[in-house]
Formats: sequence, C-alpha cells, structure tokens
Amino acid sequence: MSRPEDTLPPDLFYNDTESRKYTTSSRIQTIQATMTHRALSLLHLTTPSLILDIGCGSGLSGEILSLPSSSGTPGGPHTWIGLDISSSMLSIALEKDVTGDLFLADAGQGVPFRPGTFDAALSISAIQWLCNAETSEESPEGRLKRFFGGLYASLRRGGRAVCQFYPKNDAQKRMVSAAAVKAGFGAGLLEDDPGTKNAKTYLVLTVGGGELDGDITGVVRGLEGVDVVDQRRGGKGKGAKRGVEQKGSKAWIVRKKEQMERKGKVVKASSKYTGRKRRIAF
Amino acid sequence: MKLLTLNFLTCAIKSCKTSPASFPLHPRDAELEIVEADVNLAFLQNILPRLMWAELRTIASELGLPTLPEDIPEREALVEGRGEGEGEGEGGEQIPSQTAKDLHRVLLETCIQEGKLVCGNCGHEYAVKEGVANFLLPGHLV
Ligand SMILES: C[S@@+](CC[C@H](N)C(=O)[O-])C[C@H]1O[C@@H](n2cnc3c(N)ncnc32)[C@H](O)[C@@H]1O
Ligand SMILES: [Zn+2]
Repeated sequence: MSRPEDTLPPDLFYNDTESRKYTTSSRIQTIQATMTHRALSLLHLTTPSLILDIGCGSGLSGEILSLPSSSGTPGGPHTWIGLDISSSMLSIALEKDVTGDLFLADAGQGVPFRPGTFDAALSISAIQWLCNAETSEESPEGRLKRFFGGLYASLRRGGRAVCQFYPKNDAQKRMVSAAAVKAGFGAGLLEDDPGTKNAKTYLVLTVGGGELDGDITGVVRGLEGVDVVDQRRGGKGKGAKRGVEQKGSKAWIVRKKEQMERKGKVVKASSKYTGRKRRIAF
Repeated sequence: MKLLTLNFLTCAIKSCKTSPASFPLHPRDAELEIVEADVNLAFLQNILPRLMWAELRTIASELGLPTLPEDIPEREALVEGRGEGEGEGEGGEQIPSQTAKDLHRVLLETCIQEGKLVCGNCGHEYAVKEGVANFLLPGHLV
C-alpha cells in the first residue's frame, strides 16, 4: 500500500469523501483514541490545561481532551485549540460540535500564538505530512524548522508535547527528531509494537524551565523502550541520562558511534539491528 | 473562536513576530455568539496568570462588550468564600465566585462566529467563518 503522503498534498487527500470515510471508520476511531490516551499518559497533565492539537482533523483527539478526569482523561476537562490544513476535516469537526477552537492552518508555516501560550501540545498521525513540500519554494527541513520553532515558543516553560507520527523510514524519523532538538526541545522517541505493522512512534518533547528544567529523562524515566535524542551538552540531567540511555543500548551505541565518527574513525553503519542482542547460534 | 483564544493569537507573518503591534489581532465586522459551557474553575485558575488583561479589555471594548475591570482579578477572587465552620475540609469542591463566572462568560462563552481578524502591524486580514479562522498564508508571506 502506498503512503497517502506520497500521493497528494494533505488538503487534497483529506477531501470531503476521505474525511468522512476516515472519521466514521470505527477501526480508525479506536486506533486514534488509543494513541490519544497514550499521548495523554506521556503528557502527565494533572489539572485542566490549555492544549494545542496539531493536525486535529475532525477532532477525534479533541473529544477525548474535553472529557473530565472521571471519564479517563488525566487532568481533564481540558481546553484545546486545533490546527488543520484540511477544511473538509474541520467541517466534520464543526458538525460534531466539538468544544475546541479550530484553525485552518498549515503547521509547516509556524504556530501563530504568543510565547508561553500552551501547557501542552499533542499531534496524532499528522506530522509525517510535514516531511513533504508541495512547492519548490519550500523544503521539508524548512517546514519542520518553522513548525518546531513555533511550537517550542508557544509552549510554556516546563511544558510538554507528544507527537505520534508515521515516519516513512529511519532517515525521516531522524530528520524529524533532529528538527525538534534543534528548536530547543529535549526529545525522546518511544516505540510501541516495534517491528510490527502496527508500530507506533511517539516523539516526546519537553521545554526547559518549570518543574522539569528541560530534563527529558524526567519524562522518560521508567518508560521502557525510550531512546533519548536530546544531545544538548551541559544539561542538568547528565547523571540521570545514563539511567535511561543504558550502556549497550541502541541509543548508547549510536552515540558512541557518532563520537567515534567525529574523531574520524570508520564505524559500521547503524541499522535497525544495531544494539540488538544477537541470538546465540548453535 | 473564543475570546480566550484571541488573547493568545498573533499574526502569523514572519516579519510581524517581533512587532508588538501584531498582538492582539483586532476583530472587524464581527458577529458574536454566546456558546454556553460549564464553568471550569481549575482551568480559570490555571490560565489567569497567562492572560494579557489590558489587551483583553481593548478587545472587549472594540467588540462593544461591557467594560472589564481595570485590573485583572486576583486568584483568590475566583473562589467563593466557604461557609462558616466548614474549615479547610479536604475534598471539598471549591465554588466559583461571581468573578469567576463573569470571567468564564467573557473568555470561554463569548465567541466570534463571523468576521475578520486584522493585524495592527501589517494589516493582514484573517477571515473567520463558522468560528474557524483561516490562517493559511500565501507562500511569499511565510
Ligand atoms: C491521519 S489524520 C489525523 C487526524 C487527527 N489527528 C486524528 O487523530 O484523528 C492527519 C491530519 O493531519 C492534517 N495535516 C496534514 N498536514 C498538515 C499540516 N501541514 N498542517 C496542519 N494539518 C495537517 C490532515 O489534514 C489530517 O487531518
Ligand atoms: Zn501582521
């Protein structure tokens, strides 16, 4: 099956027909709800918050954000603002009378809110679209830079963002996380059901200051399978980082390889097998 | 679009980012609607320190709404004084005061349904239809 991102721009792909098909599919509703709950558990919200939903579509996540904590939404009910590039998707959200405010906007053009607006942000199944540029004046790097730069500024200090997305390949995963780190975020990647066709990638992002002081390890500590992509030096979390990026883990090996490469040494190219335990062959 | 949202929204055009005049955006030909919602006291308490009060007052007056008090309410003013003898009992729900209800009315129930939002710096107009603002920019303005 080809990826929709490779066929059409998002606003054309999510036309009236596709948007309706998408929103009414009970299979999709279930998957998106599960991922929204996963993202919420990573956001650790304890009080009703102001949340940005990037690529909110028809509001499947938003409906969950608006629920009280007694209905399973941590810290809820939250107030949310959604951005989406597809007017068809937004029309369906309007029909459903969602309580969040909606914007027709391209996240690749930035995030038009003043600094420190949001407690948190989430994005479910959307940001892989930013890796495509529809015109020759744009580049995926430029779009990712504007998006993460704008997102970083619009979050309050100590705020967090979780973006579940479908990277096309490892290179795209790296391009996206690198853009987030460059914008100033502490970043971690979390993979659910890795290696299966149901694999889900979550980019977990923190903003310095506030209670976490940008220490991504505070978010990912105790969560299995998280690779820290934060490469900033001099952060406070140095000691703790070890605990997450365990010696011998893939992240550790990749970092060591990078160090050696920088020193001019020849290292074996990293692959999806890097850092895996080798099976003992009899 | 809630007036709350307008209190955080800026012009999306890059060259406006550094100009103070690009916030707040000014409503023009606005049609307002009251959309009722439950008061969320904890949310109001959370958001209060982030409000730009002077700008909220300006927008309210531009929209012809009743004049807001000169100073932003204190956090304590959002909670109704509790009855005598009840003390600081745990688990007791805080009751929103009239101030909290008024603030809720302005921020979360007063919505711009139709009209435009205009940047005070570059003059760009963002259309609002059915409460949804169009922030798509032509390529050369990004
Ligand atoms: C798979 S849908 C997910 C929708 C919603 N987040 C959900 O979980 O149901 C992807 C959404 O991303 C939106 N999208 C794609 N590129 C975008 C962009 N550059 N800016 C804003 N939204 C975008 C699409 O219009 C579409 O609604
Ligand atoms: Zn402007």
